[in-house]
Amino acid sequence: MKSFFRMSYPYILWIGFFIVAPMLMILLYAVTRGGNNTLTFHFTLENFGRFVSDPDFIRVLLTSLRIALVTTVCCILIGYPAALFIANLSERKQTLMILLITLPMWINMLLKTYAWRGILMNYDDMSSEIKVFIGMVYDFLPYMIIQIHTAIAKLDRELLTASYDLGANRWQSFLKVTLPLSVPGIISGVTLVFLPAVSSFVIPKLLGGGNYVLIGTLIENYFLVAGDWNFGSAVSLIMALIILAAMYFTRKIDRGAEE
Amino acid sequence: MEKKRKTRFLSGGYLILVLLFIYLPILYVMLFSFNDSKSMVKFSGFSLRWYESMFSNRDMLESIKYTIIIAVVATAVSTVIGTVAAIGLSKARKIIRTVVLEINNLPVLNPDIVTAIGLMLLFLSLKIRRSVVTLTLAHITFCIPYVILSILPKLRQLDDNVAEAAMDLGATPFKALTRVILPQIYPAIFSGALIAFSMSFDDFVISYFTAGMDVQNISMYVYSMKRFNPAVNALSALIVVAVTVILVLANLIPALKDRKNKKEEQET
Repeated sequence: MKSFFRMSYPYILWIGFFIVAPMLMILLYAVTRGGNNTLTFHFTLENFGRFVSDPDFIRVLLTSLRIALVTTVCCILIGYPAALFIANLSERKQTLMILLITLPMWINMLLKTYAWRGILMNYDDMSSEIKVFIGMVYDFLPYMIIQIHTAIAKLDRELLTASYDLGANRWQSFLKVTLPLSVPGIISGVTLVFLPAVSSFVIPKLLGGGNYVLIGTLIENYFLVAGDWNFGSAVSLIMALIILAAMYFTRKIDRGAEE
Repeated sequence: MEKKRKTRFLSGGYLILVLLFIYLPILYVMLFSFNDSKSMVKFSGFSLRWYESMFSNRDMLESIKYTIIIAVVATAVSTVIGTVAAIGLSKARKIIRTVVLEINNLPVLNPDIVTAIGLMLLFLSLKIRRSVVTLTLAHITFCIPYVILSILPKLRQLDDNVAEAAMDLGATPFKALTRVILPQIYPAIFSGALIAFSMSFDDFVISYFTAGMDVQNISMYVYSMKRFNPAVNALSALIVVAVTVILVLANLIPALKDRKNKKEEQET
């Protein structure tokens, strides 16, 4: 029985080669200068310097963050009431609603976005920014609803009863009991929405026309068009760092809320 | 009482609005896949021309073929490797398990584009030409973590003594594995495989960076299309139907089995 642990060896080899090595390659490319001779490395930080010192790149980064932020806020605003109302339904209806909300998540994102492209073609005067937000919120909303619903459904109903008994009205009970206790759900929703939204480039490209250069677009261009893997790697590292920082702060908020 | 009714009415209305939003593009696409003109505004009459156009479009059919083949291969391989790895990890020392699981989580937590360029750099710097093979390897790589995450919690709930007892009674470790452990984690393996299939089927970003020029899956095909083509509506409609059937079956089969088992129990 103990010897069963050997069964994990093939996978350990696999992750070494296909997960760890690629991450190290990104790091290596980010801190070296171009030239395809892989035997001599010129270590440098100029890839990062180039990004930070160029206002255009900074603008791209800020646009990505702004779009991700607005998307996340919209998902919370639309998703929270939905999650709350679902949690108030009977057990059977809850299962049905959750199934209905998760079903479209199994359908190819490109195809769903393409469908929006067809629908939004009819609205020429709508700004491309609104179109992008519709596509983004559409794609991410189910994740937010599911996460918040899970948190609310776990809540002890007795707490609400107690709160009513102590004289709080529905609104007060919501603000003082349900909302604070559902913060962990919102946080995990945010990690599932904000983080992927920062790096997304498909929806903005399909729905926003050529108007949006986002950080994902930048990485795409440097890898597949310009062929500058060193700079592309640096940009993706910067993005990964920002995402890590965002995750760290949301966890901190989460802990703050629990205290 | 009146107030309660009103809030129920309002919350019900709100949920219907949200569902409408979620299903709007899906229903829209299904409707307009039967349109007899190219318009996405006016439904001018029923026709199957976009389905015909889809089945006569070689590039599109090719992309569907690749998507299915890759998803099937990636699901099969990642389910086997993932199941074996999960059983191994459940018996591994804690430190090894923790480290492997942290690494296992990387493709899940990392933005797809980071996983994608990492794999692309790996293949390119090893001078491996990007093709359907690298694409499939990439898919297996990002599918395994989901299989493991689905199976491992189930494994840790298992009672070790049952497998130990089987071996005490003379079962070889292999038999204990296939006759005792595997049957107990079957549902978890199944749901892991389902997630792996859908991850592979839907992937765009990682495929886009690891496939090279000669292979396209559905997502890449749609992304690279310059002009709007209603044949995509027909494809989407078919996929919606397929997904719905698969999900209903996946939810129904365990329920039916349950009922059958209970019935048999009652009869005996």
